[in-house]
Amino acid sequence: MSDAEIDRIFQALADATRRDIIRQVMRTGQSVSTLAGNYQMSFAAVQKHIAVLERASLVGKERHGREQIVHGNPEALQRAARLLDAYGDIWRQRADRIGDLLSEPRQD
Amino acid sequence: MTVIDHTADTENLTLTFVAEFDASIDRIWQIWEDPRQLERWWGPPTYPATFVKHEFFPGGDSRYYMTGPEGDKARGWWKVTEVNAPTTFTFEDGFAGDDGEPSGWLGSSFCTVTLEDVGGRTRMTSVTTFESLEQLEEMLKMGMEEGMALAMGQIDKILAEPVSSPQAG
Repeated sequence: MSDAEIDRIFQALADATRRDIIRQVMRTGQSVSTLAGNYQMSFAAVQKHIAVLERASLVGKERHGREQIVHGNPEALQRAARLLDAYGDIWRQRADRIGDLLSEPRQD
Repeated sequence: MTVIDHTADTENLTLTFVAEFDASIDRIWQIWEDPRQLERWWGPPTYPATFVKHEFFPGGDSRYYMTGPEGDKARGWWKVTEVNAPTTFTFEDGFAGDDGEPSGWLGSSFCTVTLEDVGGRTRMTSVTTFESLEQLEEMLKMGMEEGMALAMGQIDKILAEPVSSPQAG
């Protein structure tokens, strides 16, 4: 994953509305107009959020007749999850190293 | 043996990490207080940390750098804000420039460490709060590529949360 891709994913996930859109479309694809009906903001504003998610490859869009259906991209979400959890992993590794340090004979 | 748990709170950009060690509270305090011990574990083997300054008292400053496999250096600083030996301390952690001094870039993260005696063992809890995702991301990039190998968790949690109720009908 390139730095630019990571940037886009983090930016996309930094907003509560966008996280909510992800939750909605991961279960089942939804049309842009259905999604827009869930939020107290303009259709254009919701479209904009979807575009940010799309650029981060977190969601995809497909045309079904006159409707645009938004669906989640689980693979990209899993990559984002790894990223967000990595900081916890840093601490796990630190704890392991502390454990090693503690098991050495004391030199005072 | 080390018992570990960690919880990430995306809404508040906070990571809580808990570990237990077979050592006394004083011993664990030492590994934070003594820069020579601290640098043995703060950075990964591929990016070992060197603390050039470590003032472990309220208002104290620390300066450190982490050296990468190609000799590249990522520099950071701490401002120690609170110290209650041997149970709690808090510090601010941020990025430093080539001169080793705080650069102001991306603000700072805030970390509180608490040590508790649990039947002769010591439980260490660290709570780190980031100012922005960009900052968290850069922290991760600071020599922590191998951290990426970890699993799931956060998105699972997002997906497990209730969906904001779509209007019925």
